[in-house]
Amino acid sequence: MRKVRVNKRILAANEEYACKNREFFARHKIPCLNMISSPGSGKTSILAGTIARLKDRIRIGVIEGDIQTDIDAQRVAAAGATAIQINTDGACHLSAADVYNAVKELSVEELDLIIIENVGNLVCPSAFDLGETAKVAVLSAPEGDDKPAKYPALFRKAAAILINKIDLLDKSGHVDFDINRAGADILKLNRNAKIIPVSAKTGKGMDDWCDWLEKLVAKIHR
Amino acid sequence: MHEVTIAQSVFEAISAEAKKQNARPIAAKISCGTMSGVNSEAVCFAFEAITKDTICENMKLKVEQKPIRARCKKCDEVFSFELHEPTCPKCKCDDFELLPDAPLMLEEIEFEDK
Repeated sequence: MRKVRVNKRILAANEEYACKNREFFARHKIPCLNMISSPGSGKTSILAGTIARLKDRIRIGVIEGDIQTDIDAQRVAAAGATAIQINTDGACHLSAADVYNAVKELSVEELDLIIIENVGNLVCPSAFDLGETAKVAVLSAPEGDDKPAKYPALFRKAAAILINKIDLLDKSGHVDFDINRAGADILKLNRNAKIIPVSAKTGKGMDDWCDWLEKLVAKIHR
Repeated sequence: MHEVTIAQSVFEAISAEAKKQNARPIAAKISCGTMSGVNSEAVCFAFEAITKDTICENMKLKVEQKPIRARCKKCDEVFSFELHEPTCPKCKCDDFELLPDAPLMLEEIEFEDK
């Protein structure tokens, strides 16, 4: 028996595409966000509200990742964005190659910002670098305030973390969610994270989120 | 679920190395940071399924989970980070930076003697 040291990165194929994507976004000076959360946390509702608020100032292209259907692409297109739907046919995450192919279908010169809505899943998508400028996490109040501690990978890497459905916190007793506990756990993992409480339903906090996006675009965009 | 993708990638890397070495692989060790969200049992299960009827069939796959490390900004101590006790074990302060998570890595392969 003999041992051979290999030291080869396992997801090297994905990383190669992620590098290509990162170079592409840098060359076009366009920020690209990778939005990740559990299914049902409100990513698409947040996106639709964001597009409606910013459509006169920022041109947003959206890459929608879902296992099946183009329901989300239709929703964000109806809100006023250019949308490309990717169906992963069972895969639990988008790969950098998926994004590489989807980006080719977008007219990047006519956009100021690209947002990737990843497949709803709090675990797998955070392991796959897509070459994005930054990750954005969404945590909704009904999921529970213990999620940052239980699923640290995403919350550790996200530049901005939206805490959605805060309208439910106003109705006492409906949802047990200690926003201070969630916030404290996030900051232990990621002290530079921008935590933004929002309600896509009532619009509360959405201006703070849009403000964060506008600053990001101003910093990177041509 | 993404453990299947990881197992596939490990299989491809081992097969390529086996061809180069012209030998049958019998065991391999991979490592990953605990923050990568990789479940060891799921990777091994997927690897077993994928490698059936291939040169890698019946290989032993070992997965090492590497804890995330932090460096204390006051005393420079490097320690394993625990969310429930995020303080430096040496000087007890909570001013530290988290170090990058260990990447997913195929570390070594054991081959049968020719």
